[in-house]
Amino acid sequence: MPTIAEKIFAIHSDAPKVEPGQIVNADVDIIMMHEMLGMRVAATYEELELDSIAYPDRVVVLLDHWTPANSIDVAIVHKTTHEFVKKYKIKNWFGMTEGICHQVVPELGFVWPGALIVGTDSHTCTYGAFGALSTGIGSTDCAILLAEGKLWFKVPESFKINLNGSVPPYIMGKDIILKLAAEIGVEGANYQSLEFHGEAVKDLSIDSRMTICNMAIEVGAKAGIFEPDQRTLDWLRNRVKQDFEIIRADSDATYSNEINLEMNELEPQVAKPHSPGNSVPVGEVQGIKFDQGFIGSCTNGRMEDLRIAAKILKGKKIQKDVRLIITPASKEIYLSAMKDGLLKIFIDAGALVTHSTCGVCLGIFGTLAPGEVSLSASNRNFLGRQGSRDAQIYLASPATVAASALKGEITDPREFFTK
Amino acid sequence: MSSVITGKVWKFGDNIDTDVIIPGRYLTIRDPIQMASHAFEPIRPNFTKEIAAGDIIVSGSNFGSGSSREEAPFVLKTVGIAAIVAPSFARIFYRNAINLGIPLLELKNAPEYFEEGDIVEINSEEGTIKNLTQNVTYQGTKLPSFLMEIINAGGAIAAIKERIKRQRGQ
Repeated sequence: MPTIAEKIFAIHSDAPKVEPGQIVNADVDIIMMHEMLGMRVAATYEELELDSIAYPDRVVVLLDHWTPANSIDVAIVHKTTHEFVKKYKIKNWFGMTEGICHQVVPELGFVWPGALIVGTDSHTCTYGAFGALSTGIGSTDCAILLAEGKLWFKVPESFKINLNGSVPPYIMGKDIILKLAAEIGVEGANYQSLEFHGEAVKDLSIDSRMTICNMAIEVGAKAGIFEPDQRTLDWLRNRVKQDFEIIRADSDATYSNEINLEMNELEPQVAKPHSPGNSVPVGEVQGIKFDQGFIGSCTNGRMEDLRIAAKILKGKKIQKDVRLIITPASKEIYLSAMKDGLLKIFIDAGALVTHSTCGVCLGIFGTLAPGEVSLSASNRNFLGRQGSRDAQIYLASPATVAASALKGEITDPREFFTK
Repeated sequence: MSSVITGKVWKFGDNIDTDVIIPGRYLTIRDPIQMASHAFEPIRPNFTKEIAAGDIIVSGSNFGSGSSREEAPFVLKTVGIAAIVAPSFARIFYRNAINLGIPLLELKNAPEYFEEGDIVEINSEEGTIKNLTQNVTYQGTKLPSFLMEIINAGGAIAAIKERIKRQRGQ
C-alpha cells in the first residue's frame, strides 16, 4: 500500500498508483532558484534558445548565499540572475531582502501539503516538514524543468522513522536528526523518502520539523516528510493561498525500512569533524575548546532556535576568546526577534548578529583560519567548508552552541536547565 | 559519442562530498578552467595538475554526497574525467553528472578491484569495466536506456536541443 511519497508522485504524474523504482514524468508545483545555482541555470537556459519558460508563475527566485555581493564576481552573479528573472517574466522575484530560501519559501506561501517542489539547493528537502515532497536538483535539471514543465523522477522507497516517547527539555530537532545520522550513516537512506511518525511528533514544533527535514539529505535521503497536523495548518494559515489536500500514508503502507528512535533517552548530539554522520552524545566531546560558534542557516535560524539561545545567554557574556555569530533565517524572524528583545540579549552577551543570509554555514564570511575550531548550528561539517582545510567543524543544536559559547568549550546545554 | 573509454584510474575513498570536490567559495569564478583548477583542493591539491583527459575515478561509496551544485561533476568533466566508478552515488550528484554526459557505473566493492594508476577500459553502454593492468573484467550496473541516451548525446541539454531540432523538422 502506498506511502506519502508514492501518493504524491502518483498524483503529479496523473497515475492511479506508482511503485518504488518506477520512473515517472511529473508535474512540479514550485521551482525554487537561488543565485548559487541560478547563474548556471541562466547560462544553461540560454543554450536552449527558447523564448519563454513553461510555467513562470511556478518559479520562485531569490538571492541568499552571497548577500550582499562581496566581490565583483558575485555582483555579476546577482546581476545575471536578476536579468534572467526579467527576461523570462518571473514575477516571484524576491532579491536579497527576505532571507534564506528554505525559510522564505514557506513563509511566502509557496509550500503546501501534498505539493511536489524542487529547488536548486540540496536542503530543499526542508519543506517536507509541511507534508510536501520536496527535493534538491542541479542547474541542468532546473533548466529542463523550466523548458518542458515536467521532470523525470525515480519514485523512492520509503523509510519509516518512529520517534517514540517524548522529547526532553533542551533537546531539539537538531539532536534528533544528528542521532538518526549516527544510527544509519550518511548513506543510510540513499534514494529514499523518510517518513517521520511516532508519539513524539505531535509535540514537535514546525521549526523542529523543518530542522529535521532540512538534514534529510545528510543521510542520503531524497525527501523527509512529516504528515501535516493542526500545528502545520496553523503555521500555514494566512500564508498559503492554494487549495490543498493533506496526503497521509496508508496505515498498511509498505516501507523498505523502519527504525525506532527513543526520545526519552536522547542526549544532545554533536557531529565531530568531518561528517554529519559522525555524531556522538555531547558528553563525549565535552570540554573541547572552540574559536567560533554559529547559530543560523536554513537548519537552525528560526524563532525556536533563537529563543532557546536567548534563554541561555540572557544577562551573561560569552567567553572572551570565542566569537559567536547569530543569523536569523529570514527578515520576518529577524524582526520578530528584534521585537522580543532577543537581538539585544545576543549583542549584550557579546555575539555578532548578522542579516539573514547563508554566510557562515559555508564560509562566505565568518571564515575559519588554519587550526581553528567551530561549533556550528548548521548542516554540514565537511572538510574545508567554513574556510581553511586545516580547520575543524563540529555540528550541534542552538542550545548546545549557546551554552558552549558561555564557557568557550563544548558544553551540555542541560547544565542550564532549571525546573 | 563512443561508449568505450580507456583511461588511468584515480582512487578516492568513501563519502567524497561536494565541498571537497569544489569548495563553495570558488563557485563564483566564471572561467571554467580556472574554477576547475580548484577541484579536490582540500584533499588532493595537486590533482588537477596530474590528471589527463580520459582518466577515470574509482571511489568508495556515496560519491558526490552533499550539495546539489552541478559544478561538482562539471569541474571533474572539465579537468578530463571521462567516467566514475563507485559502489554507490549520492542522488543529486548522480543526476547532475549524467545530465552533463558523464557515465557513472555502480560496482559493488569497486575500490577492492582497482589500484591507482591501473589502466581500465569502460563500456558505458554495457556497464562493463575491464582492468587492463590486472586483466579482469567486472560487470557494473547498466544505466537505463533513457539515461544512456542522455550520455550518448553528450548531456541533457544537447539531447533536448537535438529533440527540438527534430520536432521542428530540421
